Formats: sequence, C-alpha cells, structure tokens
Amino acid sequence: MKEPLIYELSVTGREGVKPPALDVPESDLPQELLRDDLPLPEVSEVDVIRHFHHLSHKNFSVDSVMYPLGSCTMKYNPKVNEVAARLPGFTGIHPMQDEETVQGALYIMHTLQEDIKAIGGFAGVTLQPAAGAHGELTGVLIMRKYHLDRGDTKRDTILIPDSAHGTNPASSSMSGLHVVQLPSDARGNVDLDELRKVANDRVVGLMLTNPNTLGLFDEHVEEIAEIVHGCGGLLYGDGANMNALMGIMRPGDLGIDVMHFNLHKTFSTPHGGGGPGSGPVGVAEHLVDFLPGPIVTIDPALSEEELPYYTLKMPAKSIGRVKSFWGHFGVIVRAYTYIHMLGTAGLRRAAEHAVLNANYMLSRLRDVYPLPYDRICKHEFVLEGHLPDAPDVHALDIAKRLIDYGVHPPTNYFPLIVHEALMIEPTETESKQAMDYYCDVLLKIAEEAKTDPQLLHDAPHETPVRRLDEVKAARKPHLRYEH
Amino acid sequence: MVYLPHTDEERQQMLQAIGVKQIADLFQDVPEKARYPELGLAHPLSEMEIMQELQFLADANLNAYTTPTFLGAGAYRHWVPSVVDDVISRGEFYTAYTPYQPEVSQGTLQAIFEYQSMICDLTGMEVANASHYDGATAAAEAVIHAYNVFRKKRHKFIISPTLNPQYREVIRTYTQGMNLEIVGDEDLTASAADVIDQVDGDTACVILQYPNFLGQLEDLGDLIARVRAKDKKTLVAVAVNPISLGLLKPPGDYGADIVFGEGQPLGLGLNFGGPYLGFYATTKKYMRQIAGRVVGQTNDVDGEIGYVLTLTTREQHIRREKATSNICSNQGLMALAATVYMSALGKQGLHKVAALNYHKAHYAADLIDQLDGYTVLRERPFFNEFIVRCPGTVAEINHFLLNTFEEHEIIGGYDLGQTYPHLENHMLIAVTEMNSRHEIETLAEALAEFPEEDRL
Repeated sequence: MKEPLIYELSVTGREGVKPPALDVPESDLPQELLRDDLPLPEVSEVDVIRHFHHLSHKNFSVDSVMYPLGSCTMKYNPKVNEVAARLPGFTGIHPMQDEETVQGALYIMHTLQEDIKAIGGFAGVTLQPAAGAHGELTGVLIMRKYHLDRGDTKRDTILIPDSAHGTNPASSSMSGLHVVQLPSDARGNVDLDELRKVANDRVVGLMLTNPNTLGLFDEHVEEIAEIVHGCGGLLYGDGANMNALMGIMRPGDLGIDVMHFNLHKTFSTPHGGGGPGSGPVGVAEHLVDFLPGPIVTIDPALSEEELPYYTLKMPAKSIGRVKSFWGHFGVIVRAYTYIHMLGTAGLRRAAEHAVLNANYMLSRLRDVYPLPYDRICKHEFVLEGHLPDAPDVHALDIAKRLIDYGVHPPTNYFPLIVHEALMIEPTETESKQAMDYYCDVLLKIAEEAKTDPQLLHDAPHETPVRRLDEVKAARKPHLRYEH
Repeated sequence: MVYLPHTDEERQQMLQAIGVKQIADLFQDVPEKARYPELGLAHPLSEMEIMQELQFLADANLNAYTTPTFLGAGAYRHWVPSVVDDVISRGEFYTAYTPYQPEVSQGTLQAIFEYQSMICDLTGMEVANASHYDGATAAAEAVIHAYNVFRKKRHKFIISPTLNPQYREVIRTYTQGMNLEIVGDEDLTASAADVIDQVDGDTACVILQYPNFLGQLEDLGDLIARVRAKDKKTLVAVAVNPISLGLLKPPGDYGADIVFGEGQPLGLGLNFGGPYLGFYATTKKYMRQIAGRVVGQTNDVDGEIGYVLTLTTREQHIRREKATSNICSNQGLMALAATVYMSALGKQGLHKVAALNYHKAHYAADLIDQLDGYTVLRERPFFNEFIVRCPGTVAEINHFLLNTFEEHEIIGGYDLGQTYPHLENHMLIAVTEMNSRHEIETLAEALAEFPEEDRL
C-alpha cells in the first residue's frame, strides 16, 4: 500500500508535540536575521506514529527474516544491548562533562579497548572511528604517518588485493596514496609472485581482508606478512570478516600491524538501516603513539588502590582526531554488553558456528550453483548466480526472486572478481531450519530458472513496489519533496 | 550457549553434510601456531548479571538531563519527544541494513527521502545527502567536496577561527595526505571577516559557522558578499546549529554553497558524544560531487512511485580509488530520529523550541551580566550560547557549581581557555528549552556566591 510522504499528510495549522510555555520574559528578537517561513510538515503525534509504522512495514530486517548479506554479518541484535544502551546514566551524559562525573562511561570504554586488544592481539586501540570505512581511513593515515615519522618520505603506494572491499582503495586515495591492485591466485589467495614484484621501498603497506571477500582464509598470510615487512611496509587487516575468527586466532599474532573492527558486524550491534556503526582500530606496539584520540587511559596520580581513575589522553604522535568527541558511545555500550555475555569461550563458539553454518549452506548448494573457488570456506561463501542451463537468468533475477519467498537476498555482484556473484553469509544465529528453507528456495529457484525464467525476470511480485528504474533516478535526480 | 540455536544432533547432521568430523576441521587453514589463543576476557555474565553491572556503571555517571546543565560547545541538552525513541526502537528500522534491495527497503528509503527534504527546508538548500557521521566529519567532507568541485586544481581552504575547534582538527586529520593549504585559524583572536581577506584565485572554499562556536551570529550576508567580492568562484560552506534555524534565516538564503552541521540537537540524546548525525546540503550545481549516500524518487515497472539509492557512480563500490569519498553508509537510524523529531515538532514546534532557546539564553545573559565580577560579551547577537568573562578560572567556578554550592549540583559551561587562549577565564554558557527559569536563577545565584578568596 502506498504511504504518502509526511509532507502530504500536512494540514495547515496542525500541531504535533508541544514544547513547554515560556517561563522567562521575552527578549527582543533580531528582526533582520529571522526567517520568513519554515516549510516543515504540520502533523499530529498520531499522524507521525502511524506514518513511520507504515513505513517500517515496508522493510525486511533481521528481526523479521533471514538476511544473509555477505560481508555484512547480519547476525541477531540482542535486545539486552538496546536496553543497556538506553540506561539514562548513559544516554544522559554530555561528552564534555568533568571526567570525575563520567567514570562509569570511561570504565566501559577502557574495558572495551582492553577487550579488543585481547581479541585482536594488539597493543593499543582507539574507539573513535564511526564505521568500518572510517576505521580504514584511520588505519591508512596511521601507516602513512609511521613512515613519515621515521623520515621515510618516499613511500606513496598501498597494495590492495582485487578481492578487497571498494572502501580500501577509496580510503587509500583519500590519504593521498597511490593504489596498486594485486591479483588473486587460483585458490583465491593473494598471488605471491605478483606481490613480490611490487613489494619495494615505495610501499606504505598492504591491506589484507582475511578471510577475504570470497570467504576464504588466505593460506599465505604469514608469507604475505614476511614479504610486506621485508620491504619495510606495514600489514593492514580489514576486520570486516572477523566474525569468522574471534577466539580462533589473533590477527596481531600473524603479523597484522593495524586493523579495524566492525562492532556492528562482529559484535552484534545493529546496522540501523545504514548506521550508526563503529570501527575501532587496533595497532601493534610500534604504532600506538600514532592512534587518533583522545583515548581512555588510567591516571595513576588520581587512582586509588583498586579504584582506577580514568582520563582521556591524546597519544604522543597522534594522526589527530577523526571525529567529534570520543566515538559512538551508544554502540560501544552494546558491544561491551555482548562481549561480556559471551566471554572468551562464547566468542569462539560464535565464530565456529558462523563458519559451520556457512559451510553447511555451501554443502547444500554447491552441486547446483557454480562455485568458483572450491575450498572449505569461513563465515561466508561466493557462488555464481549464473546457471549453465539458464543463460538469460542473472544473479539479480535470483536475488529478486528470493524476495518472493520472504527472505532477504545475499550480497550480489560483489566481489567483482566473481562473475555474477552471490555472496552468502548466514551468521551463527540462524537455525538449521532457517538455513534449510533458504537453501530449498535457492534450489527451487534454480529449477524455475530453467522452466520459467520470466518468473525470475519479473520478480519480486508481492513487494510494496517492484523493480525500480534506477537509470531514471540517476538521470533526472528527484531528491526532495517539492513544495 | 548465548544466541546459538543448534542442538548437538543438528550440529552432527551439518558436519556430516559438509563431510568433516568436527568443527575444528574447518579451521585447518589457520596457521596452527596461532590457533585457539587464550584471550583472557572476563567471565561471561547472564543477562541479569550484565544489566546489574551496567546499571551500577550508569549510576556512576552524572546525568545531564536530571542535573541543571549549561554545557553546550557542540552537543546540546534538548528535550527528546517520546515518539522519537518509539520509532527508532522498531526492529524493522534498526535491524535492517543499508537499502541495497530497494523493493524490501522502501521504509528506510522513503524516510531518508523525507529526511533529505527536511534538511533542505531547514537549511534553505536544494539537495541534501543521507548524512555523515557527525558535524566534524561533515566539515571534512565539505573540504573534500569543494576540492572535487575544482577538480583538485584549487588547494587553499580558509577556515574561520570561530569554527568549532574539533571540526578544524578533523579537517586537518582527513586532509593530511592531500597536500592542501588549510589556513585562517592561525590567529584565534581574529573574526571570520578578518580571514576572508586571504581569499584568492586558488581558494576552493571558505568554511564558516553560524552561530559560530562562541555562540555569536556574525553577519553571514556580509561575510558571503566579502568572499564573492574577492573571488566569484570560491565556495562558501557554513556549519549551523539546526535548532537555530527554527528562528533564523538559513544560510541558503544568504547564498551559501554548502550547509552542514551537527544534527544531534534534532532529537538525539547526548549519549556521551555519539552516535550523532552529520547533516549535509548543497545546491543542484554541486550535487554530483557530493559524498555519501543519496536517495532519489523514481518509478517501478508498473509506474508506482518508489525510492532508490542514486547517483551511485560517485561511490567507492563502483569508483574505488576514484570515488568522491570512502563513506559507504550513513547514520541511518540517527537520520531517522531527526526526521521523526522534525515531523513531531513540525513547523510550529521547531519555531517554538528555537524561540524558547533564544529567550531563555538572553534571560540568563541578562541575569549574569548584572553580577559582580561577571561580564557577558555582547558585541554580536547570539542564539542560545554566549560568552561570560568570569572573576576566576572556569575550572574553579565549575568545580564550585558542581560540588560546593549549597546542595545543588550544577554542570557549568565550557572553558573557552582550553581552545582559545585569549579567552582564558571565559565561560561559554548554553541555555536550551530544558533550562527552567528556576535553573537559570539558581545558576546566577551560585555564580554570585563564588567565593571572594577564589576570585582573581
């Protein structure tokens, strides 16, 4: 059912939530600075609630359906996290309050810094970055500054495998660095011979996603670290896929110098329809001084025995602040809650089951959908959404047909190195029944692709809108309500 | 096991289907020496235990909503109507992801379209994006946006000394590898008008703030005219407090090219600094170089109206290293909160909130100005934040307000000397609709009682 824009519900003179009455004398207003009109909608509180409820019904979400978007880790978002983050003692703190009045909040941040250091095998952590891409930018700037600080000024190149997220090259070029793309070998690993050719004294570092976006653990991670370090470069870890490895291994132990984590993927905080995320960055000892800040530390002078006093401090050679204040505190509280409910064993079990689930789904689909890299996968796997006996059917058609069966499609057309990619990440919180249903549907769609391809081309059939004209949207941008 | 649904039997069935004996067999490619480290995390807690711990930690903080508070400086204590949290607590919104599949994301997409429309209306601009992380990162994106408008041929950026110090820091952090000349704030005693004299043919953008970080309303029309007189092509970007625009003529009406700001006042809690919302708007002329996600209206195959992510050819997943920015998300849920806030208050409500802020701040300024030893700096008009010259250090006065004055706890203003050395012993006081007359009068009373022996 069509839901009008909130502007179309507007009735001149209608009021919604009423602010309090003025309880002080009025002052003169600067007439020449005042606006003539504020063209916002005029709706009642009931109008607002019904409108946004109607809109919410038009979304698929993790709370309603299986949502196995590859590389996004759409796991269940525990409800206790939401209750925790909404405690008034957290939502009500002003970020510039005297540190003495926010020790509870600083304790949580400090503990989460320590937890992430332990999980990643790092010596320092910043919680400031707002998202994964923001963490990448932070990490690349740290690597750049590390070299400059040593007087090594000619390094200007970042090496990025062709399977990497698009944010890797974008973050590198934002940092003023030149990107060299590395091909993958036949097993989906970084091609070591190609890496050796370009590993030289111009290299700032290599950005490695491991497991990579094919869902495969790079079997040469130690050799890669050796080659990159051998030419004086640093090894960056893209932690987007850390859900496969929590408690299984620490990236810092395998030579990763700097890595971002995604609290909204690995540590169960909700994706919020696009954000807010949180992208903490962990670093090895030699990079600790370059972290953005401020960072929570313990002030020994003000600490008493058994009662540490927490304070915010800027690292000595910091790249600078990457956002306002200290980070997405509301997200930090949720991740803290999750980690402290799972503990060491719980995190490991979560990773193990994320990998078990992905391999189980792969085992059910591999005979029907082409599998370009045939190995034990980690938390996700990539199939070709192009069936040999249904040449006119594309990954997009399969994705859209899945919607008709009431499940969210996987990531499609990424990674770019797989033809018509379908990238599936079930996560550990899906039941066998949910995954069996998803696989049954995918197998049925493969049949439909042969017998009735038009059914797929026309999908989805039952959604509030059907396939949308994206070309028109881009050619004639209509980006706001016109009064 | 928390959040894991499988029974032992199901696990066995799955392992069998895969063709391995045990889960550990799935990790043979991880180097053995690094496998299964001891993380040493704290003992896991049940839901009941973690909530008891968190309640204790929450109680260890002083809640600014239930304490008289006069602290602003970039984050503001405003009333958040109940409808806001009700809507953003809906799982359909908060457990969805970026709307990659528009047919099953029309709720998120239409809400963003409405958000973009409201940001345009509020700022007086033509086009808004789906948001940035916060006001500071929006400032950095404004610099990069202008750099891209000039195809990286202009390298000079002038930032007003009265732009939020954190925004100035983040601009420098973001651009440290870009070889840009970021100038304007060398002399922090200067005004925006002073630094505009540096505009020349290599200047891509001037970045102003209105009301500025010190709460003042500099003459925006005059400032923009001065930039244009120096160089017609230089862009002007203006950071704004969105609540002030309930009352004030928006920067778009003065001809600004980019208007951005911290959206936290629009229905987001203080949350110790985040998550907040960077709103961002520009003109049609410059929309194709904008960063971030943008939602557009279009039609489906049946002609029905629907919404999609659009102008994606600027973005990282297509352009990779040539993208206009690395951003691949927005502050979706925070933008939704702001949309609900602006809808719920609406045209009249937002105007009233802005007027309450203005009148209460001026009432507070009048009271404080009359106190012995305190002077309100009034060379420029202000909205809801103003500068007070104090008879002692701000740290000591704030300590007195918080810990000593009668049995009240009062959170005082921002110590301007921290970031503007010439404003040592000057406090930036913010007053919003949440400061009752009683709170304001109590503050004045407390300031008056700051002991003589601690005065300078």
